[in-house]
Parts: sequence; C-alpha cells; structure tokens
Amino acid sequence: MASPLCIRGGRVLDPARGIDRVQDLWIADGRIAGLGEDAPADVRSHPQVEVIPVQGAVICPGLVDIHVHLREPGQEERETIETGTRAAARGGFTTVACMPNTAPPLDDRPRIEYVVRRARESGHARVFPIAAVTRGQMGETLTEIEDLIEAGAVAVSDDGKPVRNAEIMRRALELTGRLGVPVIQHAEDPDLKGDGVMHEGWTSTRLGMRGIPDVAESVMVARDALLAELTNGHVHVAHVSAARSTEIIRRAKARGIRMTAETAPHYLLLTDEAVQGYDPRAKMNPPLRSARDRDALIEAVVDGTIDCLATDHAPHTEIEKDSDFDSAPFGIVGLETALGLYVKALVEPKHLSLSELILRLTVNPCKILGLPGGTFEPGSPADVTVFDPSRRWTVRASEFASMGRNTPFEGWELPGQVLLTMVGGRVTYRPDAVPASAR
Amino acid sequence: MIGTRKDLLGLEDLSAEELVSILDTARTFREVLDRPIPKVPSLRGLTAANLFFEASTRTRLSFELAEKRLSADTVNFQTSGSSVSKGESLKDTARNIEAMGIHLVVIRHQASGAPHYLARNLDAGVINAGDGTHEHPTQGLLDIFTVRERRGKIAGLRVAIIGDIMHSRVARSNIWGLTKLGAAVTIAGPPTMMPAEVERFGVTVARSVDEAMEGADVVNILRIQLERQRGTLYPSLREYARVYGVTSERLKRAKPDVIVMHPGPMNRGVEIAQDVADGKHSVILEQVTNGVAVRMAVLYLLAGHKAQGEPPVENVPTEAKQTHGEPSLHPRR
Amino acid sequence: MPTEKSVEHVREKAEIVDGEGLRRAITRIAHEIIERNDGARDLVLVGIRTRGVPLAKRLAQKIKEFEGVEPPVGALDITLYRDDLQMIAHQPVVKGTDVPTGINDKIVVLVDDVLYTGRTVRAALDELIDLGRPKAIQLAVIIDRGHREIPIRADFVGKNVPTSKREVIMVHVHEVDGLDGVSIGEVLG
Repeated sequence: MASPLCIRGGRVLDPARGIDRVQDLWIADGRIAGLGEDAPADVRSHPQVEVIPVQGAVICPGLVDIHVHLREPGQEERETIETGTRAAARGGFTTVACMPNTAPPLDDRPRIEYVVRRARESGHARVFPIAAVTRGQMGETLTEIEDLIEAGAVAVSDDGKPVRNAEIMRRALELTGRLGVPVIQHAEDPDLKGDGVMHEGWTSTRLGMRGIPDVAESVMVARDALLAELTNGHVHVAHVSAARSTEIIRRAKARGIRMTAETAPHYLLLTDEAVQGYDPRAKMNPPLRSARDRDALIEAVVDGTIDCLATDHAPHTEIEKDSDFDSAPFGIVGLETALGLYVKALVEPKHLSLSELILRLTVNPCKILGLPGGTFEPGSPADVTVFDPSRRWTVRASEFASMGRNTPFEGWELPGQVLLTMVGGRVTYRPDAVPASAR
Repeated sequence: MIGTRKDLLGLEDLSAEELVSILDTARTFREVLDRPIPKVPSLRGLTAANLFFEASTRTRLSFELAEKRLSADTVNFQTSGSSVSKGESLKDTARNIEAMGIHLVVIRHQASGAPHYLARNLDAGVINAGDGTHEHPTQGLLDIFTVRERRGKIAGLRVAIIGDIMHSRVARSNIWGLTKLGAAVTIAGPPTMMPAEVERFGVTVARSVDEAMEGADVVNILRIQLERQRGTLYPSLREYARVYGVTSERLKRAKPDVIVMHPGPMNRGVEIAQDVADGKHSVILEQVTNGVAVRMAVLYLLAGHKAQGEPPVENVPTEAKQTHGEPSLHPRR
Repeated sequence: MPTEKSVEHVREKAEIVDGEGLRRAITRIAHEIIERNDGARDLVLVGIRTRGVPLAKRLAQKIKEFEGVEPPVGALDITLYRDDLQMIAHQPVVKGTDVPTGINDKIVVLVDDVLYTGRTVRAALDELIDLGRPKAIQLAVIIDRGHREIPIRADFVGKNVPTSKREVIMVHVHEVDGLDGVSIGEVLG
C-alpha cells in the first residue's frame, strides 16, 4: 500500500449515506478507505500518512456536471478537453459529461473513443461522452446507439438542437430504454423559437429584440413526457428554464413517467433584465427568463422536480462574444463559478441545506446517467471536493482555466471557494495559497 | 442635460426636460432652414460619418443634409451587411472610425443594440439612426416636433399609433417620447404584431383601428412590411388593408383637426389610403422638412458633449475661460 | 457637472456708470446714429442676445422720439456662429435669431453691451451676412473696454473704459437685470 492520505478536520458531507459530521476522510490507493474510526486500522496506522488539514471546510464527494461543452474535436479555439477539464477541477468538479455537438459531432464510435482517450490523457477530470441521437445531429437518421454506448457514451442527445421529429424521438426512447440510458433533450420547438435571441417578455419588447417564448421549451417537454410514457423510455430534460416546464415535469413524475431534469445556475440567479444594455454575455439558450420563472425553478429544485444541477458550460472565443447582441453566439461558461453560484442561489437564502445542495451535485446526476461515484462509500474511487462555503471570492474571468471568458458574473462576489479537488486520490486542483481557515 | 451626453441611442434614455430641450433647439434650426443661406458654421471642422448597414434613402439624406447645414464634413458608408459576419465588421468599423478621427457617428443597423456596441467602444458620439426593431430616436423626435409645432403642446394629446408595433422602431421611439411628455398613446394593430407585455409602455391597446381613432388628435401610421417578417404573422396585404388600413371613413372618428403622420415610405392603399396620404390632415411632407431641423439639433447638442468647460460668459477674461474643463472638441483655429 | 465658476468668482468693485448715465449714453448714441445716417431712413437695429436686444429697443425708441419713425428691431443669437462649442453644454437651448424685416439694402446697426475681444461681433457679422446683403453695417456698444483680438472697432461708443484682463465689465439693463448701470468687477482666484 502506497502512503495513505488523510483529509483532516473538515465537515464531511456524504448525502447519499446521510453523513454530515466533522471527521477525517481516509484515502488509500486512489480509493475511499473510510471515514474517521471506520477506516481500516492498517490505513490509519500506516507509518507514512500524508495529512491535508482542511479545518473549517466542507469535504464532499467530487462534484458531477452532466452538461458541459468541451468543444473537442473541431472547436479547439473555444475549449479543449484539457482546458475544459482543468476548468472543471478548478470549479470542484471531478466528473463531467460532455455534449456531442462538436465539429464533427460525436455520432460514431471513433469519435466517442477519441474523447475518452483524450480525457484519459489530460486527466483533470473524468469525462463521459454523450453521443448524438441522430447522424450529424441533423435530426433525420438515428445513430448506432448501442455501439456508441458500448464505446463509452453514457447517454444520447442532439443538444444544441432539439430532437425535433417526434417519430425519431419515440424510436430513440425505445432503443435507449432497453439500454437504461436516457435521451437528453434540448427542449425547444424550433418554430416557436424562430430567430429569437432572448426571452419573450417586457425586456425583449423594450429592447426590440426577437423573443423566444417560454412555451417554445414547454411544448416540447410536454410532448416528450407523452413519448416517454408511451415508450417507457427515460427523457432527461436539459437546462430547464421555464416555470411551465417545471409544472409539466412535476406532473409527469407524479404519473410515474421516467422524466428527469436539470437546470443551470444562471436561471436561478438572473432574469431577462440582465440583457439590458445588450450585453452578449447574458445571451444563452434557453434564454434568461422572468422573475416568475426563476422563482418556479428554485421551487422545482427544492421539491426535487428538477433532480440535479448542471452548468451548460459553453465556452466561446472573445472574438465571437465581442459583438452586438444579435450576432453573438448563445452560451456562457459555468464550470468555475457553478458551486459559488449555487451556494448563493440556494443555500444562502435557505432554500436548501448544504447537504441537499451536494446531493443535487453528486449522487443525483450520477443516478441519472448511471455513473460511478457521488458518494464516500468505502472502496469507491477517491473523487473528493473540499470547499469553504463561507469564504467569499470574486469572479475574474481572466483567471479562468477555461479558454472561455464569457460569463455574466464577472466581478460578482461569491461564497464557496474551492480549496481542493481530487480525482481517484490524485490532486487535480489546489490553489497555490491555501487560505488560513483551511490550515 | 442633453448637452453633456455623448450619444443618442434611444428616447427611453432621455428625460422630459432633455426632450423639450432638443425640441426647442430644433425650432431654432427650423428657422435657419428658412434663411436665404440655410447654413450655419457651428460644426465647422468636425467630421460626421454616416454608417448605413441597412439600406435607407431618406434618413441618410436627412442626416447628411443636417450635417452639411451645420458645416460638418461628412463621409458615408453603406453596405448591405450580407457578406461578412456582422459582428466582426462592426468591430472593424469601430476601429476604422477611431483611426480616422471621426467626431460623430450616425449608424443604422439591422441588429437592435448595434449602436450601443459602437457607443461602448468609441469616444466619438453615436447617434442611432434606427437599430433593428429597437428605436429610431430622431424619427420619434421629428414626429413629436411636428405635432408640437402644430398643436403647441404634447401633454394631454391623444395619439393613435397604428400598425406593426412589434417590429417598429418608430413606434417605440414615439411611445417613449410621447408618454414622457404627457400624451395619451393608444396603439392598434394585428395581435400577432403586438409585442409581449406591450401595455407596460404605458399605452392603451385598442381592439380595432376604429377604437384607436376615437377622439384622436394625432394618427401615426406605421409602414407594414410583411415581406421582411416571418411568414406566419399576417395572411396578406389585402387582409391587412381591409382590417387595419387607415381610410378617410375610419379617420372620421378622430378629432376634426386630426393630424395624420407616416414615417415613410408609404404603401399607399395598404396601411394608408390614397386620399388620407394626400388629404388635408396629412403632415407627411412637413415631417420630412422637420426631420432635418431635428437632426441638426441632435448633432449640434451632441457635438458639445466633450466641451464642458467654462460657460463662455462674454467679458470674462480669456485666461479664466480657458483654465477649466477639457479641451474643446473643436479644432483650434 | 459644469459649474458656473466665472459668475461665482467675480467680485463687483465699483459702479462706473449709474442708471442716469446709461440713459444719457443711449440718448447720445441715438443722436449720433441719426446724424451719421442723415435720419432714420433704411435703418434696422439688431441687438446681439442677450443685453444687446433691450438696448437696441431703447435706441429705436429714442430715434422715434427725435425723428418720428421707429426703425425695426431684430435679435441676433450668435450661438451657432461661435468659434467654440463650449457653451453647448451650458446653454443647450439656442434662443434663436429673429430679424423680422429683410436687411437687404438696409443700414444695419448692430447693438451690444460691451466690446471686448471682438469675437462676438465677428460672429454676428458672419450671421448677418448669411441673412442678407445690407447696404452698410455699423456697430454701437455701451462700453468699449479694449483688448481687441481681431480688427474690429465700434462706430458708436457710450464710454471707453480702460481695463485689465483680470477685470470684468457688467452692463445691467432694467429689462434683464431689473436695474440700469455699469459696474466693474474682478475675477478672483
């Protein structure tokens, strides 16, 4: 046995097992050895224990983000698997699932294998690719779903675009249902979206911008709920943004339909008013919506209608985003701000306890995609995140590890500074100067 | 105060006091236009660039004339905006403007917010000459100026705006300006062309043209451009003319001395009947003349934005005048 | 925000012409105008805003008393003809020029309160020439304080007052200031 690791003095949160107390976390050979006294004696009495003191901080299973865009292959000017996973580590994430809308899209085995290989080489986070539902994400012909899953994909999605054709959605659900993986839907009716660039409401009216009505999302969520019921497939609704969608998902769940959902931090903290001044950093799809939608989303996160919290990390180059609002692409980065934003949006106003938040950032996303991890169960891989929920820090895009600097949160002061990220017992992120409270 | 502003991006940003100040200044320039030599040397040595990323004849001519009558030098740039990526070309344009030492930029662009992008990135003053479906502040000002010259006031007037409110920058600028100055604005048009939560502008939404006409002092008729919209908003021009066209019959519900306006160019027989366009209530050509005066006022007032030194009180020693404030925008002579 | 420093920083030192003196000066200038032009025929008085306008009106009244004809009076706002733009931020509302009768082939007497650098008069001349082609233009001022920066002289002067450049001349007219008189002040600081 190599020298074990002891993360000492922190408050261990393992929501999957209902654990919330100050104790040591023991790691040996890249796996969780145990908590406190429960760790095996030979580990605890090892002559060469490396101790990492983290007094005052929270120790939790590594955070999991099932919705990121790593842009590789083909869009390496925006992000690479290397930079994207470094951003993940910096944000406290140990596992990400990446969307297939690369160039070309992840619609055949070699491309899935390429992502898996590149991710292993970079090694800053576990990367699970999501394969395309249709060839070229063109919405016409199904991909070889079983082959792609076998190659390492954990779900299918045409994210960036919806699966528009209801027949194709039905067949995809039938095929994936058999395999136990979800179809992740970017729910958006393309006709209702039209050439809209922001939420349809008073702000779009004032700014003279083409609106995207909330029902553009909700009608497709409703359709997919019915298709999931028909096929007994699993639909996971990506980046839920609208109050109406949460009502549909809530009812679908009550009817026993296999429908899960995620949202992203910006939908819980910002509204369409952030577009005021035509700031392209507030342009994303789905768009920031009304205060009513924001409040309904928070409620849906609290009551479990929205199962997990993701980022929809979507890096763009500065050149792309430095333009008038209309011409700018949709999307913002999220990996390096998500934890702080979620603590600010959900824990500080006491919508959720810290433990309930971690549940939605670890166990729940793992369950949706059938991923390993998300808990400190002895023997599981030592994916660990240590952060200080009360320590405040300021968002500076220039310091991001991501190549994307497109965040509307520049200059925000956030709680929850990440002090340590570890994948399989190996440190993937640790700030140079560990703050005093962690020593 | 308008004299301290760098840019004019929309009437939403202006206070009632600033609006009145522009309208008063425009009246002076209206007088200048009637002189034997309709030109003043106020902006001598300044250069204005007219950047039209979207085709326009009358607005560009009106601005160019206004600039020339203020003795500014003018350069024009017109593009269809189809070839290169719009954002990139706008950024490059901004850089070029900076390099050429241009003082005032007049921009028309198909994207809402494009002038805001330039304004953020340029020291030069930026005047919005129509951005996408957002605002067209000088058109709003000239409409309001025309009404004010005719009626002597704006407060208390009933103004009906008829047509495609959603896609109309003219409507937005008119609504902001008129409501700030105390007019009661009623709008009417196809429900598919009413933007979301439009009543929050502080306007009344009428169910029909007839209802909007009732007791109106002013009727402003918007140009309908079905060909530029998504095909689903309205069935046909014929149907539009029948349901929303302003005819002399419909006009009878308005006040007897109602003023009829149209920002041009008109689709005669569609949104406005022939006899209304040329009838006794029409002030459409007056709007065109007033447009030059209003644009002169805006150019003149913005030109002073950098020159906020001492008020040049006659008689005060010249040294004292020059000790404070930034250097004048005006070149030394 | 711009502040009106030049006003706050001037200290009034002494009255150099009282109300009676101002009225006498106007009477004398009126006589001189009539004498120079052989009567009041073809005369148009044009005051430079602000104080030139009431002064022109008073001159017109006097001329009427002596000649029985009242020459038309106009107002000139030279804002648009200035050689600096600094005033826009402070006086955004241009008050406007109002010269009701044509000035073609007329004798225009420009009227202002103080003649100093000459730049105001230069601007006024430019504007007048844009408005028409007068037979002649003459200049009447209440105070000539010297320090010309361009070659301009007045045809009719109420009083010559030698000043230093740190001093200020303030002409008060009843119609604008509520009293008549001329005082001299000093710029502080």
